[in-house]
Amino acid sequence: MNEPKKKNPWLEVFRRLKKNRLAMLGLVVVLLLIGTSVFAPVIAPYSYEDQDLLAAFESPSKAHWFGTDEFGRDIFSRIVYGSRISLQVGLVAVSFSIMIGGFLGALAGYYGGRIDNVIMRIMDVLFSVPQLLLAISVAASLGPGLFNLMIAVGISSVPQYARLVRASVLSIREQEFIEAARSIGAKDLKIIFRHILPNCMAPIIVQGTLGVAFAILTAAGLSFIGLGIQPPIPEWGAMLSGGREYIRDHSYMTMFPGMAIMITILALNFLGDGLRDALDPKLKN
Amino acid sequence: MFKYIFKRALMLVPVLIGVTFIVFTMLYITPGDPARMVLGEQAPQESVDQLRQDMGLNDPFLVQFGRYVYKAVFHGDIGRSYITKRPVVQEILAAFPVTLKLSAMAMIIAMVIGIPCGIVSAIKQYSLFDNLVTIFAMIGISMPVFWLGILLILLFSVRLGWVPPSGFDSFSTMILPAVTLGAQSIAIITRMTRSSMLEVVRQDYIRTVRAKGQKERIVIWKHALGNALIPVVTISGIQFGILLGGAVLTELIFSIPGVGRLMVESIKMRDFPVVQGGVLFIAVAFCVVNLLVDLIYAWLDPRIKAQYVS
Repeated sequence: MNEPKKKNPWLEVFRRLKKNRLAMLGLVVVLLLIGTSVFAPVIAPYSYEDQDLLAAFESPSKAHWFGTDEFGRDIFSRIVYGSRISLQVGLVAVSFSIMIGGFLGALAGYYGGRIDNVIMRIMDVLFSVPQLLLAISVAASLGPGLFNLMIAVGISSVPQYARLVRASVLSIREQEFIEAARSIGAKDLKIIFRHILPNCMAPIIVQGTLGVAFAILTAAGLSFIGLGIQPPIPEWGAMLSGGREYIRDHSYMTMFPGMAIMITILALNFLGDGLRDALDPKLKN
Repeated sequence: MFKYIFKRALMLVPVLIGVTFIVFTMLYITPGDPARMVLGEQAPQESVDQLRQDMGLNDPFLVQFGRYVYKAVFHGDIGRSYITKRPVVQEILAAFPVTLKLSAMAMIIAMVIGIPCGIVSAIKQYSLFDNLVTIFAMIGISMPVFWLGILLILLFSVRLGWVPPSGFDSFSTMILPAVTLGAQSIAIITRMTRSSMLEVVRQDYIRTVRAKGQKERIVIWKHALGNALIPVVTISGIQFGILLGGAVLTELIFSIPGVGRLMVESIKMRDFPVVQGGVLFIAVAFCVVNLLVDLIYAWLDPRIKAQYVS
């Protein structure tokens, strides 16, 4: 991979990204978060579901850094385990929407004409339902559960990626190397997957990073409503929602999950913005 | 102009049919038998079967969809609530003005704060004010609406006691929910105004205006702002739709009797016709808002209108 003579374009991107302090901060936080979710059992001092009613509603202390909830469960441990859920939802939902939306967008952009028209009008319809509402609507129909939550959040972002990929494909389709590939008899699908899509990666990566942030936020919102993950699995939005009843006397119960969500989203947004600048310096501002 | 308005309104029809299709499909795939939901758990199987027949639930999917659209368009009937047995339209119409009012207030707050902040931020690029605005905008975008709402209640209702924590009848009870809902839009509109303004002031015609010695104030307000606001209008339209959708969470936190809370309560009671009715209403409202935005857009930028009129 690392041939010394040939400049790796991704290294070049990383070099530019390194100059952006906020983006690097975002990257570090995201990496920490991934580490936290992978090593959750090692980091969390308690289990996320063991109840200890004698220790309920304890304010933050040395024994319980973020305090305990109404069942005496350690909030810090639940937030640590909750990172697994949030990252999982974020990554799976975004992969889902990139796969579906990207595929539809590529078809629409590559073939144009009628296929383009049909696909994009369907996307317009999906676009005309506010995203959170679309996710709520799908989640309500599918019922609660982690997998359904991912699908609901994923579907609501499909049109975005379809539009994005279509626009990129349109700009690449007419270039000479595509014509060259076609002239040596490459099949359409091969041209799309081998030649066109790899060249639209930059906007997809940027949108995907910001999309993970959005997906986590939406998933937390759905859980807050009660449409997402069922207890006792710890999910930040659901924890916030649970703590809302006790806001008068135990505000820390809502403070820490809220902070966890915000820091995650902030980090992903910093990283996404930084990636956009690094991948395409022309787009700055 | 009328021709343009007519053409643009006509384009709404397929979108609305599409939205109805989505909503109907959601209802269709929802697990559980609607006839059973109407009659309750204890009802004998024969009466459920009879009702299924009467409701046309045994017909093919497309026939049912056709009937749904027909009833919706010609009778304003999109089903009845399983729980209250009242028509869904009535249930939603009772709650809809509240949601609309909340979203409109949030939108006004977002524009009144966002646009000036964006302009000043762009004029004084890289100043302390600009940096502060940029940071606040980033935080605003990353802040979960429901958490912001809880924090505001905690600060202004629980600690300071300035405003009641719930309700939606007077200005003092409306201000917290509107700020909560609008916060993200403030951030987005600020960023959009800033970047659009920066883009415009770099253009040649602005340099020309400056070169002829025009006062900076007039350069900005008279020459730059009009063009800079065009993308802001677009994004504001999109934001309004997001606000209508986002109102669900805000209404839940502040116990506001709008469509959002109605939907969430209906989800809990598995009253799906009301849930999907809410989605339909908000989506239609979103489409109408987008139509209005497009018309404003055409009024601001004659080039767009020309595409349709020619």
